[in-house]
Amino acid sequence: MRDRGLVLVGLAVFLGVSTLPIWYNLASRQGAARPSLKLPVGEKDCVAPVAYMKTSHMMLLNDWRDRAVRRNIRSHTYNGRTFPISLTGTCLQQCHTDKAAFCDRCHAYSGVQGPYCWDCHVDPQLLREAPKGGDAVPTGGPDDHR
Amino acid sequence: MTIDRKEFLRMTGLSLAALAAGRARAAGRESARDAVAARRWAMVVDSRKCLKKAGCDLCIRACNRSHNVPVIADRRHEIKWIWKEPFQEAFAPAAGGFANSQYQDRPFIVFCNHCDRPPCVRVCPTQATWKREDGIVMMDWHRCIGCRYCMAACPYGSRSFNWEDPRPYIRDLTTEFPTRSRGVVEKCTFCAERLAVGKAPACVEACEPGALVFGDLEDAASELRKVLSTNFTLRRKAELGTVPEVYYIV
Repeated sequence: MRDRGLVLVGLAVFLGVSTLPIWYNLASRQGAARPSLKLPVGEKDCVAPVAYMKTSHMMLLNDWRDRAVRRNIRSHTYNGRTFPISLTGTCLQQCHTDKAAFCDRCHAYSGVQGPYCWDCHVDPQLLREAPKGGDAVPTGGPDDHR
Repeated sequence: MTIDRKEFLRMTGLSLAALAAGRARAAGRESARDAVAARRWAMVVDSRKCLKKAGCDLCIRACNRSHNVPVIADRRHEIKWIWKEPFQEAFAPAAGGFANSQYQDRPFIVFCNHCDRPPCVRVCPTQATWKREDGIVMMDWHRCIGCRYCMAACPYGSRSFNWEDPRPYIRDLTTEFPTRSRGVVEKCTFCAERLAVGKAPACVEACEPGALVFGDLEDAASELRKVLSTNFTLRRKAELGTVPEVYYIV
């Protein structure tokens, strides 16, 4: 071990460089980057406490789904206020009007790509982008009886 | 504390009696709830009023618009909730043979019959489709796995399968109702979402000549019962024993 000094210095430099982001963050006194979310305007505590919504909104949504579809209970009461159970109508139109800057941004940040809510439930933003089409009626085929 | 034999038996007896009383009360409540829910939605299609105006499709338009039903030209992929079917097909096999030719090719409005004994419900492996207490054969698209057993079971062709993403085929997207996704089956739900807020089904509301009468079969005073009791009506393929709850005045 004649090069002990050199090895130790090399190790120290390597550790310093590889952990540089941590030191940088500590030195600049800011934590890790967080997603900048567009929080709802005018609503702080609507269908459930904020802490519950942060950790368990998926449970609430599952519960809403089962209540509305399977048990035909279509309203939700919290703190004396009653809300229609509707992902698009209540969550998106009353509160989180910008899904892309709230739901999507946080889900992308935390790597939760799973939920396929929006394959079916309509994001009202889509309507704002795409103007209305024609009438919804099929065009006649060979055995169309109209 | 010690309990002698007599005391033990007395206490056991009393506890059992209390338990039985509780059960009986709960059972009483249950049957009271059923009595309220015994209402039964049904529909009458009065073909004498329907299609007076040739090519009228107000009900179809209203349904398609309010449920985001896609309009797909390819007939193998088309999605139908409510549509027109010629007499001989809507009422086959009863209408076969040498039946009155004036009915041949006459279009009839058809949709899910919300059967009392729905074969689609019997075969659904996930209970994605089930019969509600008020008779509506409901669908839970969250649960549908797209096996299409229900389509094979339904003798009326009331169910359609989404072979592809329906979104690009929806002409007039509404936020009032979800769309469906690729791989699920869909059909008429008697507008369960509208009934929940006190509205009539979209087709009934849209029908200008009033050819669609929607109401409660269990309510003797309802308009529906009045129409049924004063007219001769047919049901589609009633001989199959599915007990369809859509009645036709021909």
